[in-house]
Amino acid sequence: MWQWLYKLGSPRWFYELGERSLPWLWGATVFLLAVGVVWGLAFAPPDYQMGDNYRIIYMHVPSAGLMKGCFYMMAICSAAVLIWKIKMADIVAKAIAPIGVMATLLMLASGSLWGIPTWGTWWIWDARLTSSLLQFFIYMGIIVLRSAFDSQDSAARACAVLTLVGVVNIPIIEYSVEWWNTLHQGASSLGMRDASANPPEIWIPAFFTGFGFIGLFFIGLILRSQNEILLRERRTQWVRDLVAKETAGA
Amino acid sequence: MPEFQFDSFAAFLAMGDYAIYVWPVYILFALFFVTTVLPPILGRRKIIRQLKARLERMESNMAEQGEGN
Repeated sequence: MWQWLYKLGSPRWFYELGERSLPWLWGATVFLLAVGVVWGLAFAPPDYQMGDNYRIIYMHVPSAGLMKGCFYMMAICSAAVLIWKIKMADIVAKAIAPIGVMATLLMLASGSLWGIPTWGTWWIWDARLTSSLLQFFIYMGIIVLRSAFDSQDSAARACAVLTLVGVVNIPIIEYSVEWWNTLHQGASSLGMRDASANPPEIWIPAFFTGFGFIGLFFIGLILRSQNEILLRERRTQWVRDLVAKETAGA
Repeated sequence: MPEFQFDSFAAFLAMGDYAIYVWPVYILFALFFVTTVLPPILGRRKIIRQLKARLERMESNMAEQGEGN
């Protein structure tokens, strides 16, 4: 376990692991998303109150999950940057930020579109929505902050500090529906114990899109990290060899 | 086995009159997919080109220095 973590800290090892995993990730992700989207849109039964509008949740719930998951991962990487000064952790944190921003946008937009016919409004300043919007600004703040530094090391430390400050908002989003009496409903339970909860016909497509989103996240993470590794390690022999090999035919 | 829930393809597109809410969300999802994978794929090509040019510059510098000696 520790040896594996140690290896993961090596940019070259990370790059090569990404290279080996990408074909599998692509296959699994495209399969999961295709099944989940088609099933969710066409084969899951309509909700007895919301009709077909509820099909939006197959995008809303996974994107909300990514918004949280991305930030937790960035926070773990940030801790690794500050405590152990691991270069690779900063590369990964930088790679995750734009994915988190786009997931947050999809989550906000899908929630708004769902809200128009269901709540009669696309936006309301309730605790869940407001804290989620704040999270979007925190993500943007981290990206802008990084671009404000010339020195890579200062940028890494500043972004790590801001990420660790920003992570306090994630549990606030998580528990906002329990702490405050808000318009946004709490999480629905899956129909295993409780008869009023969602039956499998409804949640199985969400299972597919959920894991598909996770796969897509890892594809984006690997692709962006690999690019950053090539740039930062450009002076090393292995990157020179790789560039020479990839451009040999041209 | 799950069954197709709509009477016709037109009914599928209409989404029980929720088409203007449901379809934009899935279009945004397609955009999310594209913006997650396409920029880094295009970025990678650019980086490889830049690094290749850098390697060639270094090689020609080294060749010039070699001639000077």
